[in-house]
Parts: sequence; C-alpha cells; structure tokens
Amino acid sequence: MSAEALGWWGVPLAIAAGTLRGSAPFLFVSLGECITEKSGKINLGLEGTLLTGAMLAYAISYLTGSPWLGVLVAGIAGMLLGFIHAWLSQQPRVNDIAVGIAMIIFGSGIAFFFGKPFIQPSAPQLPTIDLGAWSSLPQIQSALKISPLFLIGVIIAPLMQWFFKSTRWGLFIRAVGDSPDAAKAMGISIFKVRMLSIVAGSFLAGIGGAYLSLYYPGSWNERISSGQGLMAVALVIFARWNPIQCLYASLLFGGAQAIGPALQSVGVNSHYYLWNASPYILTLAIMIITCSPKRTLTGAPGALGTNS
Amino acid sequence: MINRHNWRGTSEAVCIPIAALLCSLILFGIFCALAGANPFEVYGSIYKAAFGNWYSFQNTLIRAAPLMLSALCTALPARLGLVIIGNEGALVIGGIGAVAAGLALSSAPATIVQMGMALAGMICGGLWIGAVGALRHYRAVNETISSLLLNYIAIALLNHLVGGPMRDPTSLNKPSSYPIAEVNMLGTIPGTRVHYGLIYGLIACALAYFLIQRTTFGFAARTAGGNIRAARIAGLPVGKLTMAICFLAGSCAGLAGMVEVAAVHGRANESLNANYGYSGILVAFIARHNPLAATLVAILLGGILASGGILQRAHGLPDATVLVFQGLVFLVVLYSESLYGRLAIFKEGIGKKGQGPGPDSLPPIPNPQAPIPS
Repeated sequence: MSAEALGWWGVPLAIAAGTLRGSAPFLFVSLGECITEKSGKINLGLEGTLLTGAMLAYAISYLTGSPWLGVLVAGIAGMLLGFIHAWLSQQPRVNDIAVGIAMIIFGSGIAFFFGKPFIQPSAPQLPTIDLGAWSSLPQIQSALKISPLFLIGVIIAPLMQWFFKSTRWGLFIRAVGDSPDAAKAMGISIFKVRMLSIVAGSFLAGIGGAYLSLYYPGSWNERISSGQGLMAVALVIFARWNPIQCLYASLLFGGAQAIGPALQSVGVNSHYYLWNASPYILTLAIMIITCSPKRTLTGAPGALGTNS
Repeated sequence: MINRHNWRGTSEAVCIPIAALLCSLILFGIFCALAGANPFEVYGSIYKAAFGNWYSFQNTLIRAAPLMLSALCTALPARLGLVIIGNEGALVIGGIGAVAAGLALSSAPATIVQMGMALAGMICGGLWIGAVGALRHYRAVNETISSLLLNYIAIALLNHLVGGPMRDPTSLNKPSSYPIAEVNMLGTIPGTRVHYGLIYGLIACALAYFLIQRTTFGFAARTAGGNIRAARIAGLPVGKLTMAICFLAGSCAGLAGMVEVAAVHGRANESLNANYGYSGILVAFIARHNPLAATLVAILLGGILASGGILQRAHGLPDATVLVFQGLVFLVVLYSESLYGRLAIFKEGIGKKGQGPGPDSLPPIPNPQAPIPS
C-alpha cells in the first residue's frame, strides 16, 4: 500500500508517529532541565549539550560500531559540559543565564568542530522495538516503531517524581532550590547539591542528543537540534517543575514538531516553514498564557532566577 | 576629575577584560595544539587576516558594523537588568522590513529609499523586541526565553517570505526576495571598500552612550536597573521604560539587518541569518554593556570572524573553530565578571575593603527582577 491509500488519514497517523519519535529528545532535555531547575539554577546551555551529545554519540557509534557505547559517551560528555556550567554559574556575580548562552556557543562550537568529518558517513543506529507488527499496513508498522531510549525516558519520569518526593536526596535538592538559607541551616552544601543536579541534568540532555543522531532523525548534521535544548526551559515551566508533566509536555511538543512534515507528506507544501515554527510559537503562547505578573507560578522553586 | 578611587576603578575595568581576552587566547591556543595545529601560527594567521594590512582591516570593519548595532540590542536592555538575546531575530526582521520598504519605494530618489529602508528596518526590529518588553511587563514572561524563541520564529518567517510571497522567481537554488536596485544601495565610504553601515554603527553607539549616561531617560533606566523597587517607589514608569528601551534595542538590531540587506546582500535571503546576532551578544558582554566599548570589541570580534576563512585554508581547521574561540572568550569573560572587587591590587588600603568597580561600570549583570517564570 502506498501513502496515498491512507489519504488524509495519513496526517494524524504521521503526527502520532512523529510524536512517538520526536518527543524523546524533549523528554530527556526537559527532565534534565527539571532536575537542574529544582536545585535553583537554570541551564540554557543544554542546547550545546544536546549538540555535543548528538555529535559524539554518532562519532562513537560510527567508530566502534556500538550505538549504546555512543549513548554512554554522549551522557558523559554532557556531564563534563554540565560541570563547567555548574562551576561557573556558582561564582559570585555570574549570571546562570549568561553562562547558558556562553555554553550554547561553546558546546555547538565543539560539536561542529569535531563533528565535521562525521557528516557524510552513516553510523550504526539504535535498534527499535516494533509494536506495530500486528498490522498489515506498512504505515502503521513504521509509525509504531519506537526506540528503547524513549521507553527509558518514559520510565525515568515517574522515577524522578518519586525521587523528589520520597528520597532524602530529593529533599536536599528541593530544599536548596526553594530556600538556600534553610538548606544551609540543615547543613547541606548548596554548591555540591547544585553541582550534582546540574551534572545529572546534563547527563540526561547528552543522552537526548544521542537519541537525535542515533535514532530520529538519525544522522549527524549541524542543524540537528534547532533549539530543542532551549525549549526545554519553557517546557519545564509549562510542566510546573513536575517530571510526570514533563512527559506530557514533551509529547505535546513532539506532536507540534511533527505537524509540518506530516502535512508535507500528503502534499501540503504551502506555509511549510511556518508550520515548522509551530513548536516555538506554541512555547511562546504557553508562556504568555501561563505566566502572570501578579504571582509566582505554583511549583516554582523559590530560589530560581535569584542570585542566591 | 580623576581621583585615586576613580583611577583604581578605571584600571580595574580596563585590566580585567584585557586579562580575560589574553587568558582565552591561551586557552584557545591549547585547544588548537590539541587539535593538531601550531597555536602561534594560528594566532599569526588570525592577526594577519584581521588587522595585518589595510585590505584585511577593511574586511574586519565590514563585519564590525552589524556587530556594533546588534550588540546594542543586548547592551541597552542590560541597563534595566534584562538579558535579551533576540538580536538575531530582530536583525532578520529588520532586514525583511528594509527590503519591503526598498522595493515599495523603488521609484523614489535614492536618499529617500535609503531613509525609508533604515526607518522600516528600525521600526520592524523595534516592534519585535518591543513585544518582548511588553510581554515582560504585562505578562511577566521571561525576556531571555521569549526573545530566543522569537529568533526561531523570525528565521521561519524569513524562509517563508523569501520562499513564497516575496520570492524572486529567478533565484533558483537559493530562494531570495527581489533585489534592491543598485542605485538605492548604501554604497561605500569614498576611498575604501567599507560600506556606510560602519558610520551607522558608530553613530548608534555614540547616541546610545549619550542616552544612557547623559539624559534623564538613561538615568531613570539605570535607576530601575539597579533597584526596581526603589524605582517604583520613586514613581518611575518602569513598564514604559522597559518597553521604550526594548524598542530602541530592537531598532538597533533592525538597523543592522537593514545594513546587511542594503549594503551587503542587496536582497533578503537566508544569508541574513549569519550569526551576527549571537556574536553581538558576546560583544555586549565583553564590553560590559558599555556602548562605546562595544565599538572596539566589535572591531576585535569582527577581525576574528574575518579570519575564519584563512583558518580553514591555511591550517585545515573547520570553520567552527571561530565558534569555539567565541565560546571560550565568552566563558572566560563571564568568569572574570566575578573577579571585580576581589583582586587585592585594585583595592585601596584597609578600611575600604570590597571597593566595587569604578563609577563608569555597571552593576553586575544578574538582576532578574523576579524569579524566572513569574
């Protein structure tokens, strides 16, 4: 059967498939940003982390033939970048947002510098799980192919929720993010907690990058991330600093991202670029609707955006 | 009048950025050495390609012009404590506006067309970033994130317009708008290859400096940036200030887009999106948001950008080398921010410990008036 056989039904199907595929990077980055912001810092540099992770995962997978090793290396590289961010943003009078912008430039510079030789060759990709084998329609079969990494992300979300709610370490992070003074009184080292939170968050973002280059879209080039690391910040606000809601928000964003290509697949080419901008427009709209000058958002860590 | 305190403060404000630049040069050298290039030869090439002779220095100046204008887009709002990084978007939108005006006015005399293009570029860019200010004031939307998202929206809009409604059918593999007539372009300063955009940039920086340092408006802005609560109590119209500053900032970036369109490309296409916006952020930060210092830093960074090609040809380094260099500079400069007032040599004797930077320098950048999302 060809794509025409499904006709306009191809559009919702393609959007659903795109949601399953395209939301994983959002999920990993937003979970990473969530744990970072819970500790009271913002990491805009996850965009650079995502790119570096994507490049390294692809390069390692190509050189060693093992995509899973690539995923691991991407996570570790993310941790290194996170370490720089965590150390620098905790110096006196250094603004974490400015450090984030610098880390975007630096991270993408590193990724493009070392990634140049890997634009052409094709690396082994991550294996997939076929949930659509029951169907005779090839579109449905390909739509329901999902990556195990996505499933891992889906499992991490409730785990992180439990971690924040019920563990001692989760309490430490929340305390440092909500009230550094109270945390200090409890005898917690703010520097260490923030350091670990940012490094852990960057690890997740690096893995999100590996997903980009090793599964979907599944190749390395310089335009692979196009702002997904930045949207994570807005996504976390939208998700109210709640890991489970990060999952829903990521699905929504993955879906928004898939609208443009889905319409193109049935031959609607007009306004293609505008449809491609829909995740950004959606983010902005969500921020306009949910923010308010009169109150702080519920769930926002108290020390977020202050310089304490 | 320069007294002892001023002298120390000024030398601190000069020495620390220079030390930071040197330090980032060293780090970049180490990076080059690790990547297999001789760092001293790389420095030599950068110098030669950027400032080595009159020809290459003109290349540098051509690149410095949009950098100066785009730096103002970050530097002006920083006086209010706002971190705006929508330079790229405002530049692109300004370029679109300028092309639209240039095409609409094409039958008028060249001076009118050029003025129309500049005005259109400034208004479009100004409204674009002005909207960021309005969202900040009325909806408390974080200005960094909204301006960043608008970058992507602006680029999508550019691609849409030059690929569809504004497309010149003769532009085949690179969709572009209809070109502006040769007579209506900005032209070069007599005796050089440098276009008049450089003059625009210098004038804009001087005006911005005057506005911030010498006018009541600038004083009000600096007050609100220093302590927003005190400014509100003093009855300053913080919201109007925010939007006015954002409008001015955006119009500077929009003018940069107009310069790119009317002096370099002659039409709007994806070349507009050449990262001058992101480099402008860096210029603003290195210059510590001082418009006069921004002119110098823009020339310095313009030189580094101009040397990208030679690094590729002579040393086999990828074009992203320049990006790595910029990132390193940015990180080191941010770290140096934390050294102000902490170094013993810039302190006066005992009893005046913790003397801050000089009177001309800024309060530290971080000053979000509220938690980020609120």
